[in-house]
Amino acid sequence: MRKLLNTLYVTQPDAYLSLDGDNIVLLKDQQALGRLPLHNLESIITFGYTGASPALMGYCAERNISITFLTASGRFLARVIGQSRGNVTLRKAQYRISDQERESALIARNFIIGKIYNHKWMLERMTRDYPLRVDVERFKSISHQLDEYLYEARSCENLETLRGLEGQAAWHYYQVFDDMILQQKESFTFHGRSRRPPRDHVNAMLSFAYILLTHDMAAALESVGLDAYVGFLHRDRPGRVSLALDMIEELRGIYADRFVLSLINRKEVTPNGFYQKENGAVLMTDETRKLFLKAWQAKKQEMITHPFLGEKIPWGLVPYVQALLLARYLRGDLDEYPPFLWK
Amino acid sequence: MLVLITYDVQTSSPDGARRLRRVAKVCQNYGQRVQHSVFECIVDAAQLTKLKLELMELIDHEKDSLRIYRLGNKYRNKVEHIGAKPALDLEGTLIF
Repeated sequence: MRKLLNTLYVTQPDAYLSLDGDNIVLLKDQQALGRLPLHNLESIITFGYTGASPALMGYCAERNISITFLTASGRFLARVIGQSRGNVTLRKAQYRISDQERESALIARNFIIGKIYNHKWMLERMTRDYPLRVDVERFKSISHQLDEYLYEARSCENLETLRGLEGQAAWHYYQVFDDMILQQKESFTFHGRSRRPPRDHVNAMLSFAYILLTHDMAAALESVGLDAYVGFLHRDRPGRVSLALDMIEELRGIYADRFVLSLINRKEVTPNGFYQKENGAVLMTDETRKLFLKAWQAKKQEMITHPFLGEKIPWGLVPYVQALLLARYLRGDLDEYPPFLWK
Repeated sequence: MLVLITYDVQTSSPDGARRLRRVAKVCQNYGQRVQHSVFECIVDAAQLTKLKLELMELIDHEKDSLRIYRLGNKYRNKVEHIGAKPALDLEGTLIF
């Protein structure tokens, strides 16, 4: 299995990234802030505006190191991708399928199945771990409801119906999301998803986690030679990494949501680590964001056994493995795309 | 794995000074400078072979010396730092 390399986060908005030999050098007022060899890096995520040198971008594009630029508040700005290389036949297969409703639905339904299944088991796990702290009956009834959607999705060959199922399942799941917050209830409550802008602490963290996950997923897709912009469930839209968004559906719950929930429940984040702008947007302070990124990196290093491959890999390689499995399906090596099913 | 590379390059001639600069440059491409002629590199076996070949081409085998210490994957409990200029943990969280 491929080795998971490190991610470099640049949170100082006035740091400029440049290339020196095989090193990335972070400059601030012409002074070197840090220097590290690029062969240890998997990707670079920067917050703020200063930028990077074209030489560095070219170097990274050639070596499959992804660079993503976010605004200081974590909103997505741009991503650097190099010349399209990899496998043309694979990409053509992807485009052909994405043009066909039924063929797309056959893949898309597995994303949705993965998503609902993982949400269901998150709820089941809560009833098992905290029978005295959550409303077990309510959780169980929603879990049964999700079962039914799973059953329906299994034989669904229509994208619109699938989107409907996904929406309903998500609605049910979010009904009990707030109940999974067990600590710091007074300041961390969830009243439904709000984005652009996120309007409370929980949504601010969820949005940020999804951005990080999408970045990892898009980079993984491109490193196996797929086009992250051509999706099966999400329609094509300029500048949107539709396939990456498709692929993170199954990971949102178990990867991002559970990560955010555990930060709250383990009291690693506190309400003081957020501030509100005039337009109602709630954002993390620099301190909290650093803490968040640190925990995210730690999560990526945790080892798990991949449910389909049966191989031990770090969490951080899950997007890569799923991208690989999708590529195998598109090539015809697998009968079906195996979603990441996690109990 | 972590590899420690140290070198002595004789700099009495201008040729030696040039070799010194080049050796430092190559080492820096693979790792970080922790002291003047000491580099720590996190590399795999293939990268180490490449690095070694590059260095062997550069140095003068009569006058210079090169020492390579392989500290393996579990190097964390084998390295201790005291004093100024702490090194960056390249496999830890990298936030600037």
